Amino acid sequence: MTATRSVYGREGMTAASVLDRHDFDHLISALTEEGYQPIGPILEGGRIIYGPIGSSSDLPIGKTDLHDGGLYRVIDRQDYALFGYNLPSDSWKQYLFPPRTLLWSANRSNGSFTVQPAIEEPPRLALIGVRACELAAIAIQDRVFTGTHPDPHYLSIRERVFIVGVNCVQAGGTCFCVSMGTGPELSDGYDLVLTELIEGDDHRFLIRSGTAAGGEVLSRLPLVPAVPSDCSNAEGLIATAADHMGRSLDTDGIQQLLYENPEHPRWDAVASRCLQCANCTMVCPTCFCSTTEDRPSLDGSSADRWRTWDSCFSLDYSYIHGGAIRSSAKARYRQWMTHKLATWIDQFGTSGCVGCGRCITWCPVGIDITREVQAIRTEEASHAHR
Amino acid sequence: MTNPKLAVWKFASCDGCQLSLLDAEDELLAVAAAIEIANFPEASREVLPGPYQLSLVEGSITTPHDAERIQQVRDESEFLITIGACATAGGIQALRNWSDVAEFTRAVYATPAFIDTLDTSTAIADHVTVDFELPGCPISKQQLLEVINAFLHGRRPDIPGYSVCLECKRRGTTCVMVAAGTPCLGPVTQAGCGALCPAYDRGCYGCFGPAESANLESLVAEWSRLDVDKPTLIRALRTYNGYAPAFRVASEQLEDSR
Repeated sequence: MTATRSVYGREGMTAASVLDRHDFDHLISALTEEGYQPIGPILEGGRIIYGPIGSSSDLPIGKTDLHDGGLYRVIDRQDYALFGYNLPSDSWKQYLFPPRTLLWSANRSNGSFTVQPAIEEPPRLALIGVRACELAAIAIQDRVFTGTHPDPHYLSIRERVFIVGVNCVQAGGTCFCVSMGTGPELSDGYDLVLTELIEGDDHRFLIRSGTAAGGEVLSRLPLVPAVPSDCSNAEGLIATAADHMGRSLDTDGIQQLLYENPEHPRWDAVASRCLQCANCTMVCPTCFCSTTEDRPSLDGSSADRWRTWDSCFSLDYSYIHGGAIRSSAKARYRQWMTHKLATWIDQFGTSGCVGCGRCITWCPVGIDITREVQAIRTEEASHAHR
Repeated sequence: MTNPKLAVWKFASCDGCQLSLLDAEDELLAVAAAIEIANFPEASREVLPGPYQLSLVEGSITTPHDAERIQQVRDESEFLITIGACATAGGIQALRNWSDVAEFTRAVYATPAFIDTLDTSTAIADHVTVDFELPGCPISKQQLLEVINAFLHGRRPDIPGYSVCLECKRRGTTCVMVAAGTPCLGPVTQAGCGALCPAYDRGCYGCFGPAESANLESLVAEWSRLDVDKPTLIRALRTYNGYAPAFRVASEQLEDSR
């Protein structure tokens, strides 16, 4: 099933080429020469996170990561894979929608009031190692930030970004991209896409461009044409990843399911475990809630307006005149999950969940969105049966 | 128009919180230009007479004398803001609330008869009406400046009540609890420190007290799964903000279940 949806067999795609592992640094140099700051997975303090990279030696060579509810560990692999991990703890969101952004500054003098927009030359970022679920998340944030009310701050960064996708050839313990239809293979939206192939000492990347800019970079690399067995190997690995998802989420009729069960006892059960810490929303690559902070000078002559990541788990987030409208933990968890999986579809035309599993891994008490949906579904079915 | 008078009052405390004001070196001149400092024990011996438009109160109430003195401070203050774990929750010295104070006094002082102290260390808000509470051990100087700024402009201080986890994620710190199994009070502790300890691979010590909707029951269960024993858990909850209601209830429940 999964092999047939592979782009490697699809007509109209640019031909795949092969980049040897020993030539991988040519890709990073080519991007740097094009004026991009390469950002990719790095190993820091024993954890894989995204950060600036100068060469392939900065990548988490020979490392992989274990994911489960509230559990993450980095361990050694048996090989020297560059992209042999599943997902870092942070996401590309921090680069496209930074945690803190100066929106504008204001000055007061002689009874008048002037506003200066925050002008900052946005960086040109090359994101290296973007997974299929993450590219789907970027596409979701694109709809949020560039739709009806385009956000100039997001746009200025986003339109300069170069994306190097990497197909997943293994699945993590909390992955469920197959359920959400977002992976494990990138389908479009990338400038370049790689599949890492390792057979003994033979370490290569199947590489293909998705845009003219990608083709430009590709033309500068020392490549050899791919042979059919390279493509079938890649297809096979991606299909294996698809078959080994750590989690699954049944999305059938999910809007109706959640809309019809606002008082389901499961919401109380999950609220009793939920720490209200907001980690799920912070690590979620699509959560976009923010708050604004005004920082006036002590004498009141000037003020800066900042935008900062916020969360629907904070009380102030639903504060309107008189108090917070979602004052209970139950109301806040229900709001988050129902928005993510159901009302998001009404609002933006797609689910807000890409199946990356970060909210499961990084919840300190391991609350699992896939299990919560299943519990509501099963218990509802048992109610209906009676 | 004369500048509003600011007074800093000290009760049972280490002075660390009022030092945060002196620590605001870059902003101190601007503060001094906007307010008249009428009482500030760490900076000057001069005390100007009241009334005071803004009083910052540091420290907890531990003696009968202080229990009276705070009433006078309240009477002379238009706005009264408590700063720090001692003033907002009783501080480290609230450990006495679970112990025999007379026994301590006998052990420490040569002539215990001269010691006139209360059995408890309690927050200022347990004695007088408080207009705003700024937690932390010590408080954050940025948050203190925000409180003074808000007072000067007649607005509500922007001091978020959410957890330290938001600060960890915003600064890009990987969760120490999930990635290393390190017990951390961050998920139940109010933000404000900038998530200092997790950035150095340590769990949060809860210096800023309980977050707005802290779920202690769930965190205690998780720490237990990380093999933290009950005495350690109780000690963690009774460090800087042990007598803050959410932490207090959790540690007392643990003690009762022993």
